[in-house]
Amino acid sequence: MGMTIVEKILARAANQPSVKVGDVLEPKVDLAMSHENAALVLNQFQEIYKGTGLEVNVWDPSRIAIIFDHRVPAESAKTASNQKKVREFVGKQGITKFHDIRGDEGGICHQILPENGYVRPGYVVIGTDSHTTSHGALGAFAFGIGATEMASVWTLGTVLNVEVPATIKVNINGKFPKHVYPKDLILHLIGRLTSEGANFKVIEYHGDTIRGMSTSGRLVLSNMSVEAGATAGIVPPDEETVRYLRQEAGVKDSLELVKPDADASYDQVVEVDASQLSPQVACPHTVDNVKPVSSVKNVKVNQVVIGSCTNGRLDDLEVASKILKGRKVARGVRMLVFPASWRIYKEAMVNGYLSDLIDAGAVIMNPNCGCCLGVHQGALGDGDIAISTTNRNFKGRMGNPNSEVYLSSSAVAAASALTGVITDPREGDN
Amino acid sequence: MAVLTSKVVSVLGNDISTDVIYPGRFMATVLPSETPQYAFADNLELNARLKIKEIAPGGAIVAGTNFGCGSSREQAASTLKGYELVIVAKGFARIFLQNAINLGLKTVVCPDIEASEGNELQITADRIINNTSGKSFPTVPLPKARQAIIDAGGLVEYTRKRLLKKTGKG
Repeated sequence: MGMTIVEKILARAANQPSVKVGDVLEPKVDLAMSHENAALVLNQFQEIYKGTGLEVNVWDPSRIAIIFDHRVPAESAKTASNQKKVREFVGKQGITKFHDIRGDEGGICHQILPENGYVRPGYVVIGTDSHTTSHGALGAFAFGIGATEMASVWTLGTVLNVEVPATIKVNINGKFPKHVYPKDLILHLIGRLTSEGANFKVIEYHGDTIRGMSTSGRLVLSNMSVEAGATAGIVPPDEETVRYLRQEAGVKDSLELVKPDADASYDQVVEVDASQLSPQVACPHTVDNVKPVSSVKNVKVNQVVIGSCTNGRLDDLEVASKILKGRKVARGVRMLVFPASWRIYKEAMVNGYLSDLIDAGAVIMNPNCGCCLGVHQGALGDGDIAISTTNRNFKGRMGNPNSEVYLSSSAVAAASALTGVITDPREGDN
Repeated sequence: MAVLTSKVVSVLGNDISTDVIYPGRFMATVLPSETPQYAFADNLELNARLKIKEIAPGGAIVAGTNFGCGSSREQAASTLKGYELVIVAKGFARIFLQNAINLGLKTVVCPDIEASEGNELQITADRIINNTSGKSFPTVPLPKARQAIIDAGGLVEYTRKRLLKKTGKG
């Protein structure tokens, strides 16, 4: 019996000839990522060493990445002090994959890792962030963990007690119709699988649509796989993966493209015809409450958010700027744009996307996560409704339990900004 | 596992997210000693009952499927651990469950559980008996690998033992 891609990656990382679903392993970690919550990881890491008499050192500073993105610049003295502690620790331990609040190298972790070539196909990547699933877009087995588990990884360099997960194979074929994007595909899939349909499982993405999709689009699918409960969402690496890593991430060393076996065993196989999809929205307050945008009528919006680790890449900003160029955001609507990294910010600036968005009335924010999870900037008022290209719409998500969040593609969000109501981007001359 | 008797202090639905358990706007607070004040912060009634200690340690929250879905924030587990609650759910989201185990927050997977606030539950190794209704519901045991972390007293202790062994000091 062949192995799925994650089984192959885990077998290598745990030094086993082969593994099967349910095996308990202790895989070696290739990359361990944290953001501001490194402050909690550090606390737990020091707890582990307490009373041991050992010098407190991480297992391998070159395999640790820390990116400040959740609350930058710091929103409070508490955050600033925690960031300061982490900065000092990073310096002392010699952690080089550290991205502070800087225009020349900063951004959101799930964009910083790919664009700097930190993630490679076949890697085991863990992060103290549930959307660490993003990095499956490059063929890595990438999953989210908590802070204490990360402290354990900083100590031992392995993840303890990983059970080999079952895999759901998703075959996606066909060409997207106009104004249908990877975001619509993943929302559709989450609606079908439900918010727990892939809990403790991996989603492996296949098909012509995936093969023709850019890494930017694949990152959207992998990012939101966790919203179906998935441990990871992985795209077997191909020519596009190599192109991205060589051309966009500047990776020069050799790459090993780990792929699933043709006779691998899957828990479930799901077929999607991309040509039949339409623009989708996830309605409050769960991500699996997905409807075609055409059926969501007369929903007035107060805030439009474009950006984040899910849809803050150059193609997303291009789509939004094309829809908004020469037009105006409706009065009474606040439009906030969060590019996923400063590199993307600059590219969007050079290409003129940002000035088109500003002229339309949008506000360009510094790359950060804050608004998506209600921790920093862009909070909603009582009774406010937002449409957002981010990844979660749980009650209270954008800082207020008396507000509502709808999730969509950049095109739906931009079209809605123009009208002030949730709008199908295929209407009018968008 | 020893038999545990626990009073149901709250009954919640499916898909209780980490944003509901521990809203993002309190995430700058990280230390397990400081997080309990924000447990279910947007559920003012439940938050207040916890804070004024109307809910005694050992009380059970009964929830539906996918409890703890969403973020990896460990505060969602430490905030509940701070009150020594027992979480009985039809199912848990993966990261939350692992965080709970790592921090020693008591969780029980009970797919068919039926209980109302005020009911008394008797939690045994393989079932929950609702003493109030008289009904009995099977529970799903934790995988052995996870039980080892619980038996060690949590992941900090478990990893410390491994570290000492690795460095020849254990």
